[in-house]
Amino acid sequence: MPELTYREAVRDALSRAMRDDDDVFIMGEDIAEMGGSMGVTQGMLAEFGPDRVRNTPISEMAIVGAGIGAAMQGMRPVVEIMYEDFTTLAMEQIVNQAAKHRYMSGGQVSVPLTIRTQGGAGWSPGAQHAQQVEAWFVHVPGLKVVFASTPSDVRGLLWSAIYDDNTVLFFEHRTLYPIKEEVAEEFEPIPLGRARVHREGEDVTVIATGRLVHEALSAAAEAEQEGVSVEVVDPRTLQPLDEQALVDSVKKTNRCVVAHEAVVRGGFGAEVAAVIQHQAFDWLDAPIERVGSKFTPIPFAPVMENFVVPHASDVLDAIHRTVGRDG
Amino acid sequence: MAKVESKRGALSEERLRDFLREMLLIRHVEEKVEERFRAGELPGFLHVAIGQEAVAVGVCQAMEDGDVFASTHRAHAHTLARGTHPNELMAELYGKIEGCSHGYGGSMHLYDVERGNLGANAVVGGGLPAIAGAALAFKLRGEPRVSVAFFGDGATNIGTFHEALNLASLWKLPAVFVLENNHWAESTPAKHHLPISDLEKRAVSYGMHSAKVDGQDVEAVHKAARRALGYARGGKGPVFLVCETYRLVGHFVGDAQVYRPKGEVAELRETQDPIAKLRERLDLSDGEFEEMDAEALGIAEGAVAFAKAGTDPKPEDALKNVYA
Repeated sequence: MPELTYREAVRDALSRAMRDDDDVFIMGEDIAEMGGSMGVTQGMLAEFGPDRVRNTPISEMAIVGAGIGAAMQGMRPVVEIMYEDFTTLAMEQIVNQAAKHRYMSGGQVSVPLTIRTQGGAGWSPGAQHAQQVEAWFVHVPGLKVVFASTPSDVRGLLWSAIYDDNTVLFFEHRTLYPIKEEVAEEFEPIPLGRARVHREGEDVTVIATGRLVHEALSAAAEAEQEGVSVEVVDPRTLQPLDEQALVDSVKKTNRCVVAHEAVVRGGFGAEVAAVIQHQAFDWLDAPIERVGSKFTPIPFAPVMENFVVPHASDVLDAIHRTVGRDG
Repeated sequence: MAKVESKRGALSEERLRDFLREMLLIRHVEEKVEERFRAGELPGFLHVAIGQEAVAVGVCQAMEDGDVFASTHRAHAHTLARGTHPNELMAELYGKIEGCSHGYGGSMHLYDVERGNLGANAVVGGGLPAIAGAALAFKLRGEPRVSVAFFGDGATNIGTFHEALNLASLWKLPAVFVLENNHWAESTPAKHHLPISDLEKRAVSYGMHSAKVDGQDVEAVHKAARRALGYARGGKGPVFLVCETYRLVGHFVGDAQVYRPKGEVAELRETQDPIAKLRERLDLSDGEFEEMDAEALGIAEGAVAFAKAGTDPKPEDALKNVYA
């Protein structure tokens, strides 16, 4: 089976869709000659030309809004917002326009737009290039939200996002671009709204997204050495959420940790915890533990950044708390 | 369209009479909206376009099948002028499923996608980027269609306006940006929100073709709009069309207009009523005019009756149409 990096997997999904379908095109800042600030779209200008690989001005409202307008005409644009911190600049277009056109029109029109963005800490860019903001969009009816954590997932989910008839916020994590994974020879889309069980276990379920999936897997390997069997589940799609898969896992293990890089307060983990306590209350043997960043902007100095964002050790500590052990 | 116009491009008398009928219909529908709101029958937040009928009719009548537009919170006139039946508009204002947005939108979110109405937008300037995007789709697909954005002078201060015009001009998109300059941003006069008086200059920094026209003269608006649409359709790029117009009413229905100089509205109604101007231009007899006026009033009254007899959505219909 071929091996792809996360970066190559994103590019592969985009390129496959663009080869198959003239209605798919991409636009964003620096995506053409430069190949994107993360190198994701390298080589695509040469293959598809400037009409379909469109460099834009630094105009997030216009990037998203132009995507909305083209999508309302039945095209399937994929727009790139260079850093997820910059989705703030396009928030009105995303929240009031993309998410609501279908509803306000009584179903006359849909907006099949994909908004790719990336972010995350771990490389000291400071507070305006590293925040994780996926939870904001889960709070908006009409939007779908994806956060892929591996190459095979990012490839299969991006394809499904492009072909979904709704606007999808598609989150990638900066530190994951170089990671590799074997992918199926035959390309297979991954449906939105389906969780992935990365590792089966008996004692604790860790529900993690993005980079924290990998931290959770490291923590699970360590816990196993201590005799604690950990199941790691990635919802992959935050909206719609595969509640059944999460609840089933917790009913099996009776303990739950939710983990993401975004700050704990108001984070997506709060929603997951609410779902679990409501649907699996009688199965829980311990309070649901939450792992995420401390409640600060992301600091610059590497020692402070490292202190604020969560790591495998934080997940392991949370696992220990659920099973009643001290680290 | 060409066959009803004379060789030198002027509109036929009959076409202008059609414009007058349309403007009278808009006026009567808007007056019914005010009346029925005051009677407590209409929920929500309403903005009527009394005084701005010539811009709506002049531009919308110049558009062709397949052209699309985005409107504003003051959307009734554009919607009617582009062919949505007054019954469907009024039913929407009453929150009925027969409404043009099936009760999901209301006055500020009128849609009629079949007729190219991509939605009235209640966020000032909110619809402009998508108009650039629709034009991008037409260009990429090689379709001879144009997208049109309506907005007011207040919108020329918001970021979406600048980003959308910049992008449209940069990419030479087939779009027409129609500024309805009614000189008021809600309650704030132009001198308190605009550092320049000639808004046509907004286009200069985007290298965009522009034109300015008397928005109370429907014939002039139509001519300028036809030229702008032709320019955009011909692949030359977008056009910024400034229509100088007047709001002969408050910002919203029920607005006491305490901010407005005393006598301004009365004076403008005397001097800047687009319907009176067209009536004078056509030299209609009182009898002819009254007949047209009565016909328009009858249609507006019929729309109210239709809307009142409409069907309420079921409460749980609110759960539909969130996702495709």
